[in-house]
Amino acid sequence: MLADKDRIFTNLYGFESPFLKAAKKRGDWDGTKKILARDQDSIINEMKESGLRGRGGAGFPTGLKWSFMPKESDGRPSYLVVNADEGEPGTCKDREIMRHDPHKLIEGCLIAGYAMRAVAAYIYIRGEFVHEAKVLEQAIEEAREAGLIGKNACGSGYDFDVFVHRGAGAYICGEETALIESLEGKKGQPRLKPPFPANVGVFGCPTTVNNVESIAVVPEILRRGGSWFAGIGRENNTGTKLFCISGHVNKPCNVEEEMGIPLKELIEKHAGGIRGGWDNLLAVIPGGSSVHMIPKSVCDTVLMDFDSLRAEGTGLGTAAVIVMDKSTDLLRAITRLSAFYKHESCGQCTPCREGTGWMWRVMERLCSGEAEIEEIDTLLEVTKQIEGHTICALGDAAAWPIQGLLRHFRPEVEHRILEYKKTHNAA
Amino acid sequence: MPTLTIDGIEVEVENGTTVLQAAEQVGIEIPRFCYHERLSIAGNCRMCLVEVTPGPPKPAASCALPAGEGMVVKTNSQKVRKFREGVMEFLLINHPLDCPVCDQGGECDLQDQSMAYGVGDSRYKEKRRLVKEKYMGPLIRTIMTRCIHCTRCVRFADEVAGVPSLGAIGRGENMQITTYQEQAFQSELSGNVVDLCPVGALTSKPYTFKARPWELTNTETIDVHDALGSNIRIDSRGRAVMRALPRIHEEVNEEWISDKTRHAVDGLAKNRLDRPYVKKGGKLQPVSWKEAFDIIAKKLKGLSGDQIAGLVGDLCDAESMYAFKALMSSLGASVECRQDGSKVGAKHRVGYLFNSGVTGIDEADACLIIGSNPRKESPVLNARLRQRWLSRKCKVANVGPDVDLSYKVEQLGDSAAILKDILDGKNDFAKVLKSAEKPMLILGQGALNRDDSPAIINLAHDIAEKYGLIKDDWNGFNVLHTAASRVAALDMGLIRDGGVKAILEGAEKGDIKVVYNLGADELDTTKLKKAFVIYQGSHGDEGVRHADVILPGVAYTEKPGTYINTEGRVQRALRAVFGPGEAREDWTIFRALSEVLGKTLNFDDIAALRQVMEKDYPHFGVIDEKPDEEWADFGVSGKLSKDGFTLPITDFYGTNPIARASETMAECRAVMNGANHTEGATGTNG
Repeated sequence: MLADKDRIFTNLYGFESPFLKAAKKRGDWDGTKKILARDQDSIINEMKESGLRGRGGAGFPTGLKWSFMPKESDGRPSYLVVNADEGEPGTCKDREIMRHDPHKLIEGCLIAGYAMRAVAAYIYIRGEFVHEAKVLEQAIEEAREAGLIGKNACGSGYDFDVFVHRGAGAYICGEETALIESLEGKKGQPRLKPPFPANVGVFGCPTTVNNVESIAVVPEILRRGGSWFAGIGRENNTGTKLFCISGHVNKPCNVEEEMGIPLKELIEKHAGGIRGGWDNLLAVIPGGSSVHMIPKSVCDTVLMDFDSLRAEGTGLGTAAVIVMDKSTDLLRAITRLSAFYKHESCGQCTPCREGTGWMWRVMERLCSGEAEIEEIDTLLEVTKQIEGHTICALGDAAAWPIQGLLRHFRPEVEHRILEYKKTHNAA
Repeated sequence: MPTLTIDGIEVEVENGTTVLQAAEQVGIEIPRFCYHERLSIAGNCRMCLVEVTPGPPKPAASCALPAGEGMVVKTNSQKVRKFREGVMEFLLINHPLDCPVCDQGGECDLQDQSMAYGVGDSRYKEKRRLVKEKYMGPLIRTIMTRCIHCTRCVRFADEVAGVPSLGAIGRGENMQITTYQEQAFQSELSGNVVDLCPVGALTSKPYTFKARPWELTNTETIDVHDALGSNIRIDSRGRAVMRALPRIHEEVNEEWISDKTRHAVDGLAKNRLDRPYVKKGGKLQPVSWKEAFDIIAKKLKGLSGDQIAGLVGDLCDAESMYAFKALMSSLGASVECRQDGSKVGAKHRVGYLFNSGVTGIDEADACLIIGSNPRKESPVLNARLRQRWLSRKCKVANVGPDVDLSYKVEQLGDSAAILKDILDGKNDFAKVLKSAEKPMLILGQGALNRDDSPAIINLAHDIAEKYGLIKDDWNGFNVLHTAASRVAALDMGLIRDGGVKAILEGAEKGDIKVVYNLGADELDTTKLKKAFVIYQGSHGDEGVRHADVILPGVAYTEKPGTYINTEGRVQRALRAVFGPGEAREDWTIFRALSEVLGKTLNFDDIAALRQVMEKDYPHFGVIDEKPDEEWADFGVSGKLSKDGFTLPITDFYGTNPIARASETMAECRAVMNGANHTEGATGTNG
């Protein structure tokens, strides 16, 4: 369990003011100038040493990502883009950071921007986060007035500005290249890669897109040292992480914990346990809606980090733990997720555009049992036809919940169909 | 130069080649819908998925994947077949099975590829998508339920046409392609999206339900609606021309054609002259060929050469003009081809050609447009200039009226005096020209049809010399013609002192007694009232208004002919159909008339005609080559007028008798020039 002294987000619950005075008391903006006095490569190396993996879901090493940015400009400026379009169902961690601890993010932008030789940061915030955007904008204004960002940021001689850009509520704009398109004022559709954003990103310039949490932990890592961060958690899965626990638990919550904490411990200790006790657990979606669900037998022992969950055929994703007890109609739950992905597919590439609707419609019928047993296999094959065949990962994200359901709970699905046949043939 | 292995075949390709292109180089076809070699890469149809090692364990879209050193690509493995079947199935679940009533049937990419790569059956049992039709103008019919969202049309509009009014709205399965607020797609190149559409979502509106591709006879020929000489294919059924499609010619029109080229063909069946007429008692009466010839012979008897004048129009082929010239010369008369009043001289070929060639545009790094609106005068050439501009390697400036060329042009002003400033280095664009490696200028007809045109030509000539437009391997002095016949006519020296103005004035004064008009319809014929006018042409248009004898000729689709485009490239057209009624190929009419006049011409068939023509003008026999003419002195210095330039084309959709006879062009004129379609409009609207 994470010791209080190792906590990064000390105002996660908003008990104190989010603004500058209180933030400084909590240790933000402490010695930023000293950090900015270091050379860029040493900062990137320190980030690599910390082992921080991207908190947006894919878990790509952050330091490595920064190192892809050009060291010498070819005339084009570089940009940092912060992905604050937090839309993954079940996830609500970035929101807490932005409304309660915005200065961590702003300071992180400055340091990360400096390390990757960027001239400005754009924070692309989800349109629905009206309050969060207001807080963030106010915090940026404060920081600018205090000389922490803007010209000669923190007195370091480095010019850096931070801008907030509000999205319009499309889930797909959380995909980094779709986000870039949207930021440029176009229809939010993912771009083909290569070229990668570090090469051709926003406005055609080198860009790194990072998650809010990844950036917000940067100042603390550099203040305390990469080895401190690397000392928390397991190898390759280091540091602290915000977990969002929702669903059938007694006390749904956001909590900062050590990476690799056992799922059971996480739920029992922080979320007050499963409604009706651990044995009432049916399944958990451990990383936001886009990963495979895991049944109770796996939940008993699994550790909450990238590699352990991956070994179970699922993923840490955004660490949004969606808990479902035995009262849950899993089919209905997954059908709802299918409807979500069908609604949020951008429509650009064929498998996702046509496939998400198909899957949802079949799921709707499976839900009521109005289907044939063979259709389960067809559905599974359709998910395989989408998975990996699309431009971005939304196709995969739409396929995985269904694959997870069929992998662990296929008998239930078959049962539903047989029940339907029984009642309707009798009538 | 990476080397990769595709299906066991090793191939070395140039840097930047995609896997799909590399596969094409070794003769392996990878199916695709969204990929098009002349558009940006979208990678959205996912049909071209292949297996690639090394790399992530998932399939890669070969259209977007740059070939890399040591790549091993499989395009025909079991897995790849499965990928394709999957994508095909997805494409077809919402595609209606209405091939029997679809105009794309028989030439549909989706149809062909589903035969080759699809499975025979669908597992989809749910409801299907129905999408409302969209209005895109008078040329494009939409059945959007058939759309597979490849976005080729959107990319064409953005990138080639430069009219970004097409786009996608909605998300996921509700994504729809539409024009902005369902207005017409207002581009001179709009018809090309029909060719680009791989399915039957966008089809040709005028061609709706007219024919099936397998009933059509295809004739590969040359277009005459502008001076570019676009390569086209005329599809005909029986004696009717059903449609015109582009052919690929990289150095001329790539694979685009203008809407006029494509859709004016319905004018070939309207207003046709199908028998000879003679004016008797103030009224035109149908007569036999013999009677018409006898009347002409009687009229010409005793006239001296300077009392007879010949005029040729914009659509004539070289053979007709050669025979015409030969006939007129035998009478001692001369012929004029510049019916628009152009002052261009015929002495130096370099002085009236588009010397850099169309491909020269691809290399130019500065372009000065003088008195021209290439968007109207040659939309396909303009699209090429736009492509070059898009590459950011070419600065374009305009001297003349401020027009929208579909790209950003530095507007220098509308006065010939600016040319003088440029020559004297007083204008900033002089620096651009000077620092450019391959600068060019485009002299349009708007600069050539003025009284001070010789002086303008002289200035352009001097600018070309001063700013390095003329080099060993580069000639950036370009004249953009609007008439398909013009270059061949100038090559044959079909000009008279005083030009067309002198003919009209001579006819008014009575000095010129007979005017023989071969298809010239773009002039004010009221001035010819007093003269005896023989009109020979295909359509009853302006030229027949005051004609005393009408001889029915044939249109460009109905005769074999030689055309020389604005670059000086000689191209051969073929006959697709026969002319209507008693209409005859023009050269045969001259040959027959010459016999009646007792001055029999020395050729009996087109081969013999070409033989003598090529003897007189050897370059007429050099087919499909851009000539390199030697630089020369031309132009006459003089005073410049203060007037602004008058562009030659005010109505793009009605520049010649065929286009004016076309109903489709009339509709385009109404819609494209501002009037917008209102969905569900009623009589009380507005």
